[in-house]
Amino acid sequence: MSILTQEVEALLYLFAAVCFILALRGLSSPKSARRGNLLGALGALVGVVTVFLAEELSNIAWILIVIAVGSAISVPASRMVQMTQMPQLVALFNGVGGGAAAVVAFLELSAADTLGFLIAVAFTIFVGSVSFSGSVITFAKLQELMTTRPVMFKGQPVVMVVLTLVSLVGAVLLVLDGSFLLGTALLAAGLIMGVLVVLPVGGADVPIVISLLNAMTGLAVAASGLVLGNTLLLVAGTLVGASGTLLTRAMASAMGRSVSNTIFGAFKGGSTAGSTEVSDRPVKSGSAEDVAILLGYAQRVIVVPGYGLAVAQAQHTMYELAKALEDKGIDVVFGIHPVAGRMPGHMNVLLAEANVPYEVLQEMDEVNPQFKTADVCLVVGANDVVNPAAKTTAGSPIYGMPILDAGEAKQVVFLKRSMRPGFAGIENDLLYEPNTTLLFGDAKDSLSKVLGAVKAL
Amino acid sequence: MESIELLTYFVLAVFVGFEVVSKVSSTLHTPLMSGANAIHGIILVGAVVVAGHADSTWKLILALLAVLLATVNLVGGFVVTDRMLEMFGGNKKKRSEGAAS
Repeated sequence: MSILTQEVEALLYLFAAVCFILALRGLSSPKSARRGNLLGALGALVGVVTVFLAEELSNIAWILIVIAVGSAISVPASRMVQMTQMPQLVALFNGVGGGAAAVVAFLELSAADTLGFLIAVAFTIFVGSVSFSGSVITFAKLQELMTTRPVMFKGQPVVMVVLTLVSLVGAVLLVLDGSFLLGTALLAAGLIMGVLVVLPVGGADVPIVISLLNAMTGLAVAASGLVLGNTLLLVAGTLVGASGTLLTRAMASAMGRSVSNTIFGAFKGGSTAGSTEVSDRPVKSGSAEDVAILLGYAQRVIVVPGYGLAVAQAQHTMYELAKALEDKGIDVVFGIHPVAGRMPGHMNVLLAEANVPYEVLQEMDEVNPQFKTADVCLVVGANDVVNPAAKTTAGSPIYGMPILDAGEAKQVVFLKRSMRPGFAGIENDLLYEPNTTLLFGDAKDSLSKVLGAVKAL
Repeated sequence: MESIELLTYFVLAVFVGFEVVSKVSSTLHTPLMSGANAIHGIILVGAVVVAGHADSTWKLILALLAVLLATVNLVGGFVVTDRMLEMFGGNKKKRSEGAAS
């Protein structure tokens, strides 16, 4: 149907674009974040309805059926996913968006006439498919379907250089001749490229890569807007591309990394120091009662929660323990590392889910000076974010990442499942310090035992 | 459309994109990324146009695949972001499960 005049169509797209701008702005501040997201959804709804009313379309029944199917898949998936698994879901959603952009551009090849148009098509196909396959690999890494360590094979840099050249040549040829065959080749090159770029990225850096791929999908969508002459796609994609780039840099700096180091770090070699050794160095392990005594006679306790806490669904028990300690007059705060969990801010979401009040959550800069005066630092299911190797071992993959100075507390207690190294796959020397006590077991079990013992004191 | 016009939109949108997220706290990095991720799901509009203009069966099938992928991105993206943000606002309206020990 083309019910709407071009002017009305343009105005509705403008409205949608403004919604997206306000959505991003709203999402930057805690108070307005939820409203911002709803505004974004409103903009998307207006945009999609407009395209049905403004364009002369065939196959409408099919399109509507497929949209219904897509919604029927994605809504339950988003509603039911465990909050701990949310990062990989976001990665997957990002990937399919990139894939959609690549397919759209691919199909527009036959309509391509001008040079600029064909360049935009080539760009979208390549970047969209890189984003798709790259996101699939990040998904596999986060879901632990594959190793979270950097994956390298011999000659990988050479392969990547060759592939880059092939892609460039392919893109140029595509721009010159515009055949579907070359389009397919470029699509394939992009898919392989995405895999090769993400494979060498270590587990701890995966969030940065998701954000980067997110920005890339944004740019691919923007380019597809050029292809289709659609201003809404152009503006929305560019907004995401620009804000995503900034966000990627912000995330990287919160982790003390540079973006290029994240992507190419593994190629520089020497970055996997100590990654495979499963140590048999002696550690001091204690019982739940020992830990309860340490905690019960402390004055200041700092809790450092990590992904292990979330995986064990121990947030509620953790908060119970904190309350029990506070009832004894003990000062308890939570020190939240910016990347605790799997993504920046992930831990805040997880603890908020357990109704932990916002006030006891302290960010790294706030809490770090307090470790010196803390009697006990209770590290629950965290490892890399308190690993002193980030400060001392220049070759370590996490070197330069700001950490929580847990080691400065008088006593350090680790609740851990096993001696297995953390997500970044490196040893933590803090575990072997004389003032460190370890309590092995599932975080939830351990915490409820400690909670019982604290109450019995 | 005039390509110079499109270039204008592009450049202006780059600046707006930088500007709107320039002061975000690290707490909100994840929801912001997720929200931005949902916004680029608007590629659905492009997928609908391509599917609506498909002139052969294989093109229609590919275009419908794009529609499916884009819908998952768009709808799922907004729903999962909303779920994340629900947690942030969750302190006021206490839910019963928080009391269970």
